[in-house]
Amino acid sequence: MIQFDAVHKRFPNGTTAVHDLSLEMPEGGVTVLVGSSGCGKTTTLRMINRMIEPTSGTIRVGGKDVTRQDAAELRRSIGYVIQQSGLFPHRTVLDNVATVPLLLGWNRKKARARAAELLETVGLAADAGKRYPHQLSGGQQQRVGVARALAADPPVLLMDEPFGAVDPVVRTQLQDELLRLQKELSKTIVFVTHDVDEAVRLGDQIAIFRTGGHLVQCATPAELLARPADDFVAGFLGAERGLKLLSLKTLADVPQGPAPEGGTWTLVLDERRRPRHWASKETELPVRPLRDTDSLLSALDESLASPTGLVARVDADGVLTGVSSRDDIHEHAGRAHTEARVAA
Amino acid sequence: MTIDWSWIGDHTDDLTSLTLSHLQAAMTAVFFGVLISLPLAVIAHRIRPLRGFLLGVSNVLFTIPSIAIFVLLLPVSGLTRTTTVIGLTVYTLVVLLRNTVEGLDSVPAKTKEAAKAMGTRPLRTLLTVEFPLALPVIMAGVRIATVMSISLVSVATYIGDGGLGQLFTDGFQRDFPTPVIVGVVLTILLAVVADALLVALQYVLTPWRRRRA
Repeated sequence: MIQFDAVHKRFPNGTTAVHDLSLEMPEGGVTVLVGSSGCGKTTTLRMINRMIEPTSGTIRVGGKDVTRQDAAELRRSIGYVIQQSGLFPHRTVLDNVATVPLLLGWNRKKARARAAELLETVGLAADAGKRYPHQLSGGQQQRVGVARALAADPPVLLMDEPFGAVDPVVRTQLQDELLRLQKELSKTIVFVTHDVDEAVRLGDQIAIFRTGGHLVQCATPAELLARPADDFVAGFLGAERGLKLLSLKTLADVPQGPAPEGGTWTLVLDERRRPRHWASKETELPVRPLRDTDSLLSALDESLASPTGLVARVDADGVLTGVSSRDDIHEHAGRAHTEARVAA
Repeated sequence: MTIDWSWIGDHTDDLTSLTLSHLQAAMTAVFFGVLISLPLAVIAHRIRPLRGFLLGVSNVLFTIPSIAIFVLLLPVSGLTRTTTVIGLTVYTLVVLLRNTVEGLDSVPAKTKEAAKAMGTRPLRTLLTVEFPLALPVIMAGVRIATVMSISLVSVATYIGDGGLGQLFTDGFQRDFPTPVIVGVVLTILLAVVADALLVALQYVLTPWRRRRA
């Protein structure tokens, strides 16, 4: 667990970057710090591994005051991922990943073996290890950055807009990958971003900062979207707050029935009963089958795109299990909203 | 102007020893130049107010005429190889210091920050991150300093040293062009070979710059 207790940061030029911050970042959870630029989110992150020293207040990692520890040793025990990866251009990918283990005094062979293992963990081919960073794509470099941060198996991971410089498709992949990794590793992650959607996707808890380093609200994504503390938070979350809330709920509870037959549109299946497309006498339209783990937002979207208003539901193998109607999805979406807003 | 080929054949031993002596004077100067420049460049890079001062001093030293520098050193180290090397070293500083500072400046802030955030201490960052990344710019300086030193050694003939430069005085005094021509050719050859070797050394030392995306 990371605890901020009345932390204040004033820079020598007189600007207050962080104002009287008290915040807990729970063990094994992802805390996302969001806010527009200059709101103190990055300063907050960087005070955890003492890249910036607080002016007053205390920061504890695992119960220990960070300022009472040797800065270099503290940093080796905390993973750090930055934008555009910050990889060492003169070291191979493998040696980049092995950085912290080598600093900790592991022998080269053991450090490299560990590095190779991590490249696999973050989804990179083994031969990527022999390359130099500039030979990889932006997304691959970012994966190396994550592998490097994980190399010494630190309990805490600091991520400063790590996916800020990659295109939206790769960004989504990297987010998925991080969520998958986090399920296995349960690190205490502090993640800085200015992208609300990213915060909602990744955060177990979101802390919203306002210019001047004020923490405005810290809550779970669902609570934040359903009950923003003030107009600033509501404005920051954007007009489609309700839809974002639906991205957090799954389709699992929405009832499903058998696919209808004999209407204008028929759901065509392949030989293994996987949906292929919607077909009428004249034409066919694509279908996007959804699983139970997909969000209500995706379901709502698909129900609008589907010519029948029906959403095809499939199991993990893509085999049709049934269809859900637009009305059922709508009703569930509405109920999810009400529940989120009423819940204390 | 004709070349007396038989003179060359009769003096191969002398030519070899003069060439080696010439090379040794130049290389020793560059070696000490690098040894002095590295720490000074680190100071100039880290402590901004000292930067202008250090680079300024190296510039001023460079403007002293080469003969004058040897004469000035005579009371200190006399008519010796030491005088030659000190003189040449002073001249290498201007390029070596400037290039090393620029090399250190060229290391991306993001990379240094990453090293720090991983828990690398400052000295280790300097040795394992900053110097390697500054190497191409530093090596460019070393190449210029080397070629410059090789051409300057001859001036030390005035204090009785000067390697291949002795061939020039010899030739002029006797109004005999062969040693002069041979001296010029060997000096150029030495400079070209030394430069090529330094290019090869840089290639070996910077494997990450060889492979393109």
